[in-house]
Amino acid sequence: MSIDWPRIGYAALTLFIVINYGMIMTALVRKIGARVSGRYGIRIYQNYIDLVKNIALRSKITHGVMYYLGPVFRLTGGVGLLLFVPTIYGSAMWSNFSFAGDLVLALYFVFFGTLGMALGAAESGHPYSAIGITRGLSQVTVAELPLALAVFAISLQYQTLNITDIVAAQQGGIFNWTLFTNPVATLAALFAFVGTMMRSPFDVVIAPQEIPIGPPTEYHSSYLALMQTNRVLFPIAKTVIYMNLFFGGATNWFEFAIKVFAIYMISVLVGVVHPRFRVEQSITFFLKWGLPVGVLAILLV
Amino acid sequence: MKHMDPNFRKDTKTEFPQREELKPRKVTTPDGQVIDIEPLQDYFCQEPPKVHQKSYFKIVEDFYNWCRAESLWILAFGTGCGAIEMRPLMTPRFDAYRYGIQWRATPRQANLLMISGYLSVKTLKRAIRTYEQMQGPKYVVGLGSCTINGGMYWDSYNTIKKLEEYLPVDLYIAGCMPRPEALLAGFMELKKKIKAGNAEGANKYAEKFDWYKANQKAVIKDWDMPDYNW
Amino acid sequence: MMQAIYDRLKDRFQLGALDVRSRKGLAFVDLRREFLRPVLTELRDVEGFTHLILLTAVDWIEDERFQLTYLLNNRQKNLDLGLRLRLDRNLAIGETIHDLWPTAATYQRELREMFGIAFPGSPRVDEEFILEGWTDMPPYRRDFDTLAYSQQTHADREGRETSDPREFMKQILYPKD
Ligand code: SF4
Repeated sequence: MSIDWPRIGYAALTLFIVINYGMIMTALVRKIGARVSGRYGIRIYQNYIDLVKNIALRSKITHGVMYYLGPVFRLTGGVGLLLFVPTIYGSAMWSNFSFAGDLVLALYFVFFGTLGMALGAAESGHPYSAIGITRGLSQVTVAELPLALAVFAISLQYQTLNITDIVAAQQGGIFNWTLFTNPVATLAALFAFVGTMMRSPFDVVIAPQEIPIGPPTEYHSSYLALMQTNRVLFPIAKTVIYMNLFFGGATNWFEFAIKVFAIYMISVLVGVVHPRFRVEQSITFFLKWGLPVGVLAILLV
Repeated sequence: MKHMDPNFRKDTKTEFPQREELKPRKVTTPDGQVIDIEPLQDYFCQEPPKVHQKSYFKIVEDFYNWCRAESLWILAFGTGCGAIEMRPLMTPRFDAYRYGIQWRATPRQANLLMISGYLSVKTLKRAIRTYEQMQGPKYVVGLGSCTINGGMYWDSYNTIKKLEEYLPVDLYIAGCMPRPEALLAGFMELKKKIKAGNAEGANKYAEKFDWYKANQKAVIKDWDMPDYNW
Repeated sequence: MMQAIYDRLKDRFQLGALDVRSRKGLAFVDLRREFLRPVLTELRDVEGFTHLILLTAVDWIEDERFQLTYLLNNRQKNLDLGLRLRLDRNLAIGETIHDLWPTAATYQRELREMFGIAFPGSPRVDEEFILEGWTDMPPYRRDFDTLAYSQQTHADREGRETSDPREFMKQILYPKD
């Protein structure tokens, strides 16, 4: 097998663009949140400073191999997710490593990161990490259910498991988007979207002001920097999937930026006006509302 | 003036007996083996703190220091009354976030420890543990007159008077209690100090480790933790 | 109302004089040691004083006595009754009442630590309560001088000034006198 160097170069470039975009966008979103509550908010480049600060810490401690692998797994999840779906439709440069059946892989990656995190944090032996993982995993699991069902629904609808094909089927006008051709599936997927974006009302798992801060309790310095990178990358990668599946994909970077931002804002807008759910509340919520909509989506196709 | 009994002598002879759970003992494992356990040796790491070098290039270190100053992560640990003045900093009126100040829930991620008020000996123990679990470079700010000279607890049997004898303090903010504005001013001072490269508390702590430990152990009589908690 | 209760109990338990303070419905009464338990039981079960507000001690060092105060409350009738009991200071052993009010165990633990009054039989009474690793005499005893202790333990910072509030204000307000 020959290595396709330019393609790897473009993949790296995609990563670079998306990370920077994510850094700025998350800061912007926090600023919006701050403005909603009447504050000035953080500086738009604060994420970069925090990142450098964490890398520049002079001392770090470790709790064994799994502890290292936690953030690495997590970042792999994010990077993999991003690289195996076509970022920009119809461009040979930015389709990266997408292939037939990549939809299944993408779904797998969505879960992968959290799992790796769980392993790593468990290694640190911190009791709060264990609590955080239990809460996080149970919540992510139920929140992903509607998404899985929605994905089944649309793969039935388009008779393919290739994201590029799905995007292709949605080209040619806004009314070809899944959003309009299959609104129920979209709705089900949006439940999952809001639920897994780690924003309020479903963010109790990693809420930084909670005492059990969740899986990252023990992580610091460069480990934390890795996780921060993932924090900005992962939501974007996830949003890209949603964009491809339900909102017609993007044909250039500008469209990409606008659409990702708009989709991301759904969860933000839900977030700034709703208080947090407790974990068991959110689980019931998803079982009660998300799951039936997902089943309905399958039945309707 | 408060009356003081000139004949009173504090009891310096009695030693506090070692706690039961810290005594070496034999334990039977689930598979029937009998093993010796020495909690202070086995459960904790004994390594003393290290002095960490600055970056080799001055410009890199300056850049790092700038980043450190602009991204102060405070550990949410309130010791005394002063803790109540920290919370308003998050509110719209003072909004410390715009200066890059954030609160973290775990000492691993924080790099600024605020000792917000009087510190009883019992809390001092926790504060030391917390401080040592933070990752360097780390900073300590003492809040209020209690941390400076005992404040209104100057005659209390159970609160310390000079914080810098126990932890390397970078900055004191005076007042009883200091207003949030004073805190913000203090943060700005701290930033200047960090940017100038003078806030090397963690290294100072490592260098004068024995002195700090001697002071700490002089007041904490039941020392039931390792010397350094990394 | 308080008077009526007092009259009912006075002779049977040889209570001291009823000492009414500051407001109606708050009274104190002295008690002999051997009657502590019968009186408390009677008050709790018959007279409706179901709530133990607090149990505290006073150090009467001049009389060589500790005074224990049991403050009870009758919620129905809005009455507070304090029972005062004197113990020999050199032989400070109280009687535990944790079986009447479980909360008393905590108070007794505190008194044990802060005043050194023993309550044999009270649960966990010998464990540390607030102080940690305390080796000196119990700090709430009046012969424990906290200022002297503090100065022998923690160094003062140079330049600290202390003024007597009374003298200080006098100088500011009435400098001529
Ligand atoms: S300085 Fe004043 S406000 Fe601060 S802890 Fe001491 S007594 Fe409380």
